[in-house]
Amino acid sequence: MDILTILAESARTAVGPVAAIYALAAIGLNLHFGYTGLLNFGQVGFMLVGAYGVGISVGVFDLPVLVGFVVGLACAVVLALLLGIPTLRLRADYLAISTIATAEVLRLVYRAGFAEPLTNGVYGLQNLSSGFRSVNPFEAADRYGFGVFNFSGNHLWVMVVTWGLVGLFALLTWMLMHSPWGRVIKGIREDEDAVRSLGKNVFAYKMQVLVLGGMIGALAGAMMAVHQAAINPDQFKPQVTFFLWAILLLGGAGRVLGPVIGSVVFWFLMNFTDGLLRALGSEGYLPFLSGPDFGAIQLAFVGLLLVVLIVFRPQGLIGDRKEMLINVK
Amino acid sequence: MRTRLVTVLLALITAFVVIPGPAATADEQGGESLTGQIGQPDDRSQGVEGIRITVSDGDDEVGADETDPDGNWEVEVPGPGTYHLEVDQASVPGEYELRETPLVTDGTVEVESGDNQTLILALVEAGEDQQEESSPSPEDDAAEEDEDAAADEEGIEVEGVSGGFGDRFAQLTAAGVLFGLVIAVSAIGLSLIFGTTKLINFAHGDMVTFGAMMALLFSTGAAGLGNSLLAIFAGLGGAILLGALLEGKVRAVPLIVAQWSAVFGGIAVATAMGVAGDSIEWQVPLWASAGIAVAMGAVLGGTMERYLWRPLRRRNVALIQMFIVSIGLALVLRHVILVLFSANRTRYSGYQVQEMVHFGPVSLPPRDLVIMGVAVAVLVLVACLLQFTRVGKAMRAVSDNRDLAESSGIDVDRVTLYVWFLGGGLASLGGVLFGLNQVVDYEMGFRLLLLMFAAVILGGLGTAYGAMVGGLAVGLVAMLSTLWFPAQLMEAWALALMILMLLVRPQGLLGRRERVG
Repeated sequence: MDILTILAESARTAVGPVAAIYALAAIGLNLHFGYTGLLNFGQVGFMLVGAYGVGISVGVFDLPVLVGFVVGLACAVVLALLLGIPTLRLRADYLAISTIATAEVLRLVYRAGFAEPLTNGVYGLQNLSSGFRSVNPFEAADRYGFGVFNFSGNHLWVMVVTWGLVGLFALLTWMLMHSPWGRVIKGIREDEDAVRSLGKNVFAYKMQVLVLGGMIGALAGAMMAVHQAAINPDQFKPQVTFFLWAILLLGGAGRVLGPVIGSVVFWFLMNFTDGLLRALGSEGYLPFLSGPDFGAIQLAFVGLLLVVLIVFRPQGLIGDRKEMLINVK
Repeated sequence: MRTRLVTVLLALITAFVVIPGPAATADEQGGESLTGQIGQPDDRSQGVEGIRITVSDGDDEVGADETDPDGNWEVEVPGPGTYHLEVDQASVPGEYELRETPLVTDGTVEVESGDNQTLILALVEAGEDQQEESSPSPEDDAAEEDEDAAADEEGIEVEGVSGGFGDRFAQLTAAGVLFGLVIAVSAIGLSLIFGTTKLINFAHGDMVTFGAMMALLFSTGAAGLGNSLLAIFAGLGGAILLGALLEGKVRAVPLIVAQWSAVFGGIAVATAMGVAGDSIEWQVPLWASAGIAVAMGAVLGGTMERYLWRPLRRRNVALIQMFIVSIGLALVLRHVILVLFSANRTRYSGYQVQEMVHFGPVSLPPRDLVIMGVAVAVLVLVACLLQFTRVGKAMRAVSDNRDLAESSGIDVDRVTLYVWFLGGGLASLGGVLFGLNQVVDYEMGFRLLLLMFAAVILGGLGTAYGAMVGGLAVGLVAMLSTLWFPAQLMEAWALALMILMLLVRPQGLLGRRERVG
């Protein structure tokens, strides 16, 4: 067992394409929860429609990948409106239940038999990234980077684009939150009734945030599709949403860079625990566990992380404790 | 704090940049390869071992691999190009055959440079006509939305054994009532817990799974694991009961000592049992193990309340934060169950192939009649408990208005603990009934959770009777929708009903009109 190798590999993954994609989706969730106090437990649903927007456009209809991105974003807008209209006027717990349920139903619909002509059911769609890779400025087969941080050209291209988007949307978040619009949004989080009494249309503001955050989530899903080149509905289980929550709370909700730092640290921890467990397992220290158990232990670890963070450090790494005392009204 | 953090991060990053990378060569992403995972048709997370896959370039074999116990395989290819993939049909276990996809019949794969391509090979059950043997009741095919083969067998279910629309309607109504009763039994706890603490317990589904798994464990033979779990739960249960019954009546210090000694005693006995291992083996019939499961479920609920939620409430943790804690708890519970019991889908043995009992157009196996009987009896009992006993009235009072109940002298904390006992026990019972009717696996509770949410919102969040009515309605809608629509959409219709209810009457059928926005 080589602890340095595990550490290095974990650090490499922590800045890799997957971490970037999750950071992007968590920025959307940060707009929902961190700034507006919307309990969205179905962010994975937005990622799913984004990914399938690309998947169906590129994989089934042979359209350019850019059209796929537009389709994915449009689907996210529709989904946000459908979700928001019945639930945003109600208490936050209704939104929580509706979002988690909707995301799961979407997954079931996309994998169902009757949707197979479009989604190819449980087998998913393949060969989605050739359009994206054809504009790759890097040599696909070469390796770039220094030290342990080296990536193949294809991965580097995904990373550049996704981290670029992360930067862009982090900047957008910062600008929005320092605008009058952002002050209203944060006001809704603190005291909805006070904002309403100032004559603001709270419902409309919440809806705008839901749509915007959902679109960012869909963009993350679309990047996931072009990164993996193949998608299937079972990649979009509710666990993904819970990962995003762990990332957001780890980094610090209601902070521009919270999701970014959260994602890097989260994926470092995930890969480190995984590598360590597997290394211990292959050395024979864990005779009572077999291969698939390691994944399960990791997910249990994410759950534990959520509990421990909320109980002992609700503001995460860089958050402000006072801001995190949001309550349901 | 912040500066320290940044320093540590910077130091870490520098360290990794400086470490020259033998690690980089260790990963496989440099070259091109083909990988995949082959799983069992009914549960794709269970791998199938020993299937041989050969990749060739023209006539030259490039590489070959056999799937490992998890069903994973990987073949490295020398570079970009077009390859031919072949699966050795003889190595596929006899009970399965390969699904005929273009990949299997044609076998051509294009590999781009730097590509680590995942190929999807899927198995189906050999011979499509053997699925009917276990139980021809319609809900069996209908409710298993996770069944990959469901798409293929839709025809059987919708065209039906009994032909005419009226007959199918009657059959599905019976199935819907059954399903609804199971949902109702499981959902009462969810609704009461919400009523008394305003907490949406996302871990409720996994408490259902817990009950089903415990019944399975004790009915198939509890050895070391069962004994240990039993000892731990006995210790915890003792501690909580001591607290619930004696708090305020005896002095605090001896009580706390007694409680903790019960907990640690349980753990000590559990360790001893674990060491003794399989030498103490016993087995009880399903009804008895269901009783054990219900008791353990009650203790699980009580433990969560006493040692997690009550302290959190004392610390004034906000409700949103509590939701997230309950999600974390659900993840922990589900995956601990997964590690302990593996991902297999199992059924309670001995109740699968049964002679059907006919009532006019409806025919049900006796086990379904028993499920209905038990569920109805339990619902009536719970209703009586809530309506006529002191503790039941207190539960409804706390659920109605926590502050008012407290100011009129009700010990709210104790009532909340009883609600968790009741909710946990009922969730376990719901799990056993659901498992008896369907299959037991580690995700069953989460699938039921969405329907439970629909049920409690439909009936009115926080009302016990609402959960019963809502459960029945959701079960009926889910089953009857399969008359016209594909079975995979069952849950979607139940949730559509929920959304509709939120639009027209957000407080639910039996909820009291109040501001919910």
